[in-house]
Amino acid sequence: MGSLIDLGRPGGMVLALLPELVLTTWILVLVIVVSWRHRSEGDQRLVGHLATVGLILTLLAVLVFWIRDVRSLGLETMIALDGFRYATDVIFLLGATLAVLLSLGYLGRERIVVPEYYVLLLLATLGMMFMGGGADLVVIFLGLELMSVCVYVLAGIDRRSVFAAEASLKYFLLGAFASGFLLYGIALIYGSTGTTNLALIYVQISTLGLDDNVMLLVGLTMLLVGFAFKVAAVPFHMWTPDVYDGAPTPITAFMAAAVKAAAFAAMIRLLLEALVPAEAVWTEIVWWLAAITMVVGNLVALAQRNLKRMLAYSSIGHAGYLLATVASGTALGAAAFLFYVLAYTLMTVGAFAVLGAAGRRGERDVRIDHLDGLAKHRPWTAFAMTVFMLSLLGFPGTAGFIGKWYILSAVVDAGQGLLAVVLVGATVVSAGYYLPVIMAMYMKPPASETAHEHTRVVGIARWVVGATAVILLLLGVWPGRAMDVARRGSEELRPAVMLTVSR
Amino acid sequence: MNYEAWVLDGLLALPLVAGLVVLLRPEREAKWVAVVAATAEFLLSVPLWWVFEPGTAAMQFEVARPWIPGWGVWFRLGLDGISLFMVLLTTFTMPLAVLGSWNYIKERQRGYYALLLVLTTGMLGVFVALDLFVFYVFWEIMLIPMYFIIGVWGGPRRLYAAIKFFVFTFVGSLLMLVAILTINYQVGRATGTYSFAYDHILANIAVTYRGAFWLFGAFFLAFAIKVPLFPFHTWLPDAHVEAPTAGSVILAGILLKMGTYGFLRFALPFFPQVVLDPAVVNVVVILAVVGIIYGGLVAMVQPDFKKLVAYSSVAHLGFVMLGIWAVTVQSVEGAIIIMISHGVSTGALFFLAGMLYERAHTREIAAFGGLARVVPMLATVLTIVALSSVGLPGTNGFIGEFLVLVGSFGVYPWAVVIAATGVIVAAMYLLRALQRIIYNKLDKPENEGMPDLSRRELLVLVPLIVLIVWIGVYPAPFLHRVEASAEALVEQVRGPQESFTTVRGTEEGRAWDR
Repeated sequence: MGSLIDLGRPGGMVLALLPELVLTTWILVLVIVVSWRHRSEGDQRLVGHLATVGLILTLLAVLVFWIRDVRSLGLETMIALDGFRYATDVIFLLGATLAVLLSLGYLGRERIVVPEYYVLLLLATLGMMFMGGGADLVVIFLGLELMSVCVYVLAGIDRRSVFAAEASLKYFLLGAFASGFLLYGIALIYGSTGTTNLALIYVQISTLGLDDNVMLLVGLTMLLVGFAFKVAAVPFHMWTPDVYDGAPTPITAFMAAAVKAAAFAAMIRLLLEALVPAEAVWTEIVWWLAAITMVVGNLVALAQRNLKRMLAYSSIGHAGYLLATVASGTALGAAAFLFYVLAYTLMTVGAFAVLGAAGRRGERDVRIDHLDGLAKHRPWTAFAMTVFMLSLLGFPGTAGFIGKWYILSAVVDAGQGLLAVVLVGATVVSAGYYLPVIMAMYMKPPASETAHEHTRVVGIARWVVGATAVILLLLGVWPGRAMDVARRGSEELRPAVMLTVSR
Repeated sequence: MNYEAWVLDGLLALPLVAGLVVLLRPEREAKWVAVVAATAEFLLSVPLWWVFEPGTAAMQFEVARPWIPGWGVWFRLGLDGISLFMVLLTTFTMPLAVLGSWNYIKERQRGYYALLLVLTTGMLGVFVALDLFVFYVFWEIMLIPMYFIIGVWGGPRRLYAAIKFFVFTFVGSLLMLVAILTINYQVGRATGTYSFAYDHILANIAVTYRGAFWLFGAFFLAFAIKVPLFPFHTWLPDAHVEAPTAGSVILAGILLKMGTYGFLRFALPFFPQVVLDPAVVNVVVILAVVGIIYGGLVAMVQPDFKKLVAYSSVAHLGFVMLGIWAVTVQSVEGAIIIMISHGVSTGALFFLAGMLYERAHTREIAAFGGLARVVPMLATVLTIVALSSVGLPGTNGFIGEFLVLVGSFGVYPWAVVIAATGVIVAAMYLLRALQRIIYNKLDKPENEGMPDLSRRELLVLVPLIVLIVWIGVYPAPFLHRVEASAEALVEQVRGPQESFTTVRGTEEGRAWDR
């Protein structure tokens, strides 16, 4: 048994929020630094390095909590203290750190001098941490808004780019729409149960028999629609390709990995802790969302020639796989989610890092055939990209395979064999666009001898690419440890009442 | 430590390590490292022939160690009579494949030879895995080296062929993945032990009444594509023709056997009630026979020698499928012998096609003629190999086809009658091609200066010829080692009361071997 924190006392609440407070303090420090030094690229790099330090400090705080197995004494009123929160926090912080590291070189090359960039990125991460750890609908919503507003700005941070402006505006308008749905859903659930606390919602629904209450079910549906927007599930995905395409590449990686993971984390916690009694309803909805999302995402990706758009659609397909873990509605599904989202973060960030290097200026148009013959001039980059592509495809030997195997286990275990078949069908389709990337790099001659002169992964980005590729391979061969962690992280993800009974 | 305990680990590890060495050494040493490693691998596997205990169907040389214990995944390896020959065939083919690529591969040699070695590990892994997870991992992982070998070093349409090969195999194997997981859960629920171990699943799979048909279907699709059973064969001509010589040899010699091996190891023992279901039997036997006839007829009209050989594989594998589905001891033994001898004969044919191509830079049958006078050694070898592929008595091709036909006749007489005509078709296309390539008139002046077989080429072909004659004249040692496993399989599928012994006495067979 780990340490206990009494959330009923103000001191306890402050302690429980320690990782978030570390990050907040650091953000405030950064704001002060930025207000003095915001003119040169050197200033910007300084802020970037400081941001990395802040993220690592926060990570340490989370790890201390996790290792000491900190739990709450009694009801979790606002913030959860469990393995799922810590595990998701680690994933968000990892995604954010990788995004910051990629940005260091990227912003300099693209001549974007806006040091506030890093502050916004950290603020968005803070929002995510509240989404993954919120034990109350209001906290989750606040986290979501904090994250979203920052990411709206980040998408349009390159003010000279028309496409970035379009991306930002589109994302903002549709995101605001989604937030509206979410808020309305929260209001309806509050209306029917009289509380916004997740544990209490569960108690109210099960004791009052509200599982067929119309207001609750409408609220539940609204919530699902709101989340579906955020995770880019079909048919609420229309904004995704344009936004991913227009935003700066590190931000796209951040959105595709961490932002999506945060929305999923909140969704899973909400569904598994509060809305278990209405399981029959939401598994059905999520089942269909998952199936449609993975099929459409992968099919449309097949038609893309632009690499960034292809990865955007592929990330929609992956949202479908992740939705399948939600649809299973079990702790095993949540464990599969944790493992897959970790692998997915690594491979997506890695792929976008290579893409960013291939892009140079005017990167909107990196087509697949721009990678022709890359293996000849940049063998290591091509190898890393191959690892990312195979991992995204879910090929044995990579973490993507173990993740997919985990998802399939959860889906089969939940008796949803048909969804498993749809999933593997979608995977086969995805081979149709991941393989051509490998094919271009290895099997086609370069357009000219100098074609890849500037395709270079430099500086810290090189470490990011190398480390993510190596970790993906290691996790693919020795996944045991990470899987145990994922399993433990999801075990406590049950309605609080059940949890106390079982203890 | 004794040989039995480490040999399988060693066989899997050696090529991987050698592959790494190839990558680290300079380009010009690549093929030397590869040939040494492949030969060492073969020598390492040779003692298996004697150490292997023939009288039992139990798994031998077993290795088991935890890999992902939380999931019931253990790294389990083992050999029985069926996999023994697949392993030996693989280790026997690989040094020849390296030698056969000696002058053909000129670019990026390091990558090529490293991939060949990694491929060896992948293929051996498929044949020795006794854990469904491990099996699946190896099954998929060997796709990648083959994909690169076709795609990077292949012919003009290599990109198309490579992706087609990959996607076809991938479709089947992913559905098999779902089936493996479902079996794991159903067996786990019933027994309380969630494990992917082959023994465990085989002993308890009877609980999967629910959906057994679909589970079987998933395995069937994966293996049938790999075999390939008509009509899933369309990837084969493309891949075989576009691949470099060694790639074609490995594809035909070893990769195709993974499909039939999968049937023997998994699909049949796991789902006997579905396998013997009349509807399934009808479909499979008809497809096998159609494959035999169709493969032969299409081979007959091919102007390209390599394509001809590729389609002849469809026909040969049709015989294997017929033998497997007849589920008698003889027919199963025959099927395994065909698997071996097809690997040898078709491998040799692909080598010869490659050698002709290196000389004339074309594979059009019409471009040759009268080569017997210019290249007598090549012509002799080609004749022997072609006759063995036709199934001339005294060669390996005869033994297998004869056993399959005899063993299946009692079960599906009509299918056997039609299949037997396939042998005639084979004679027609191969002998005709033989005539047009090496007999006829020497009417093409550019063929007159063609060099005969070099020493290296002889080194590749002579072992194959030795094996062709050996299996053809004295197959007893082979049958003897296969027998117990074949009997066990028949008993597993048909049940103990129905199994009947072979015509040839068991004791006699053992006496022969001594």
